[in-house]
Amino acid sequence: MNPIEQAVVWLNDPLNWTNPGGVLDRLGEHLSISVAAVLLGCLVAWPLGLWLGHTGRGGGMVVLVSNVTLAIPTLALLTILPLTFLGFGRPAVVVALAVFAVPPLLANAYTGVRQVDPEARDAARGMGLSGGQVLRRVELPLAVPYLAAGFRTATVQVIATAALASFVDGGGLGQIIRAGFGLDIAAGGGQIIAGGVLVAGLAILAELLLAVVERQVTPGPLRPARRRANRRAADATAGG
Amino acid sequence: MSFHLSYRAEPGNPWFSWQYVRDNSDTILAALREHASLTARAVLIAAVVALPLAVAAYWFRSLSGPILAVTGVLYTIPSLALFAFLAPYLGIGAITVLSVVVLYALLVIVRNALAGLGQVPPEIREAAEGMGYGRWGRLFRVELPLALPGILTGVRLATVSTVALVTVGVVVGRGGLGQLIFAGFQNNFYRAQIMTGTVLCVLLALVLDLLLAGVGRLLTPWLRSR
Repeated sequence: MNPIEQAVVWLNDPLNWTNPGGVLDRLGEHLSISVAAVLLGCLVAWPLGLWLGHTGRGGGMVVLVSNVTLAIPTLALLTILPLTFLGFGRPAVVVALAVFAVPPLLANAYTGVRQVDPEARDAARGMGLSGGQVLRRVELPLAVPYLAAGFRTATVQVIATAALASFVDGGGLGQIIRAGFGLDIAAGGGQIIAGGVLVAGLAILAELLLAVVERQVTPGPLRPARRRANRRAADATAGG
Repeated sequence: MSFHLSYRAEPGNPWFSWQYVRDNSDTILAALREHASLTARAVLIAAVVALPLAVAAYWFRSLSGPILAVTGVLYTIPSLALFAFLAPYLGIGAITVLSVVVLYALLVIVRNALAGLGQVPPEIREAAEGMGYGRWGRLFRVELPLALPGILTGVRLATVSTVALVTVGVVVGRGGLGQLIFAGFQNNFYRAQIMTGTVLCVLLALVLDLLLAGVGRLLTPWLRSR
């Protein structure tokens, strides 16, 4: 039986799904870790990015943050953070993943505010809006397509890197792949591929779903800008 | 690569220890060498494959849609899943790691090279055509030199992310410095070893990036005066 047939057999065994530590358990872990990491990333990156974009300062810092995080291996953060005050377990994994969610969120929030037409900003000023009001009522709504593009990139990336949490026994769907590698490659090949299909499927599903969300939250007149925002997001991140 | 690590008892599990580095310098250098050679080979192979692809997509507009779509989907696939798909066929070893990192580097370089070629102003293309350049002459004398900054950006991004990605190779036992980090975690959470591996990883990425930036400056002297 070749590995793909083995994988089909593995995926069709209901016990592999419902057992403790089976697919459903791992999926739940994977999703809860990812959601927590993305939320934490948004909490840090969005206010900072919007504020930097509003003041027009710190463009260099935004680039620096994304370059530095690009060079740090995920494995390193996943192994270092549990040894700090965070301790072993969920919080360390969530923080490690959130670090990799920050660059796309930050870069898109920053460019989202920067690309706002200066005339719109001047008009708002002229109407007597204060700095904070300009940010909230003019710049923020106009930056929504960028925020959504950053959210999508960050979420897909976090879901992808959450698979690596299995290296430190942090749970998630990657655990299925690691367990397969723990067996012999001939015996575990099917399980390894099955785990790969699940992880990749989840990432692609999130990508498609968030593409729809991104379209929904973008006001009609701004939709042509969507493409540009996506490309920005793609440029802002790279690496697994 | 097999590791012979010696752990002399040290009080307090420090984040960095010269004693560890001295005791294990051979192993550390071997891991660094493997990491650097995997990265160099991967980026070289990726660049050699990516440039013709980008040129093909540039010349035949109908190809650029499919090429961008395929690279986009591939990019969404998590690295561990890619390892999972390839390992049962390519086995446990360096070939699997190399294949995975080449694929990711390929995507980055193709996209950036295509963006670079797309930024060549149409007037310049028409002027070159008017001066009698054929398709190939225009490509090598005009379009590729003008796209060079985009291509180099792609190669630099690909190099830095490849250095980070190679560490995931621990799943098939060939992660270069990743082996060091992972072994440190498994051997009583030995901080000095994890930190040494991490710092070397980041330094390697930084040095290669600066090296490529220098090469880029040498190759594009016309950009320096600006």
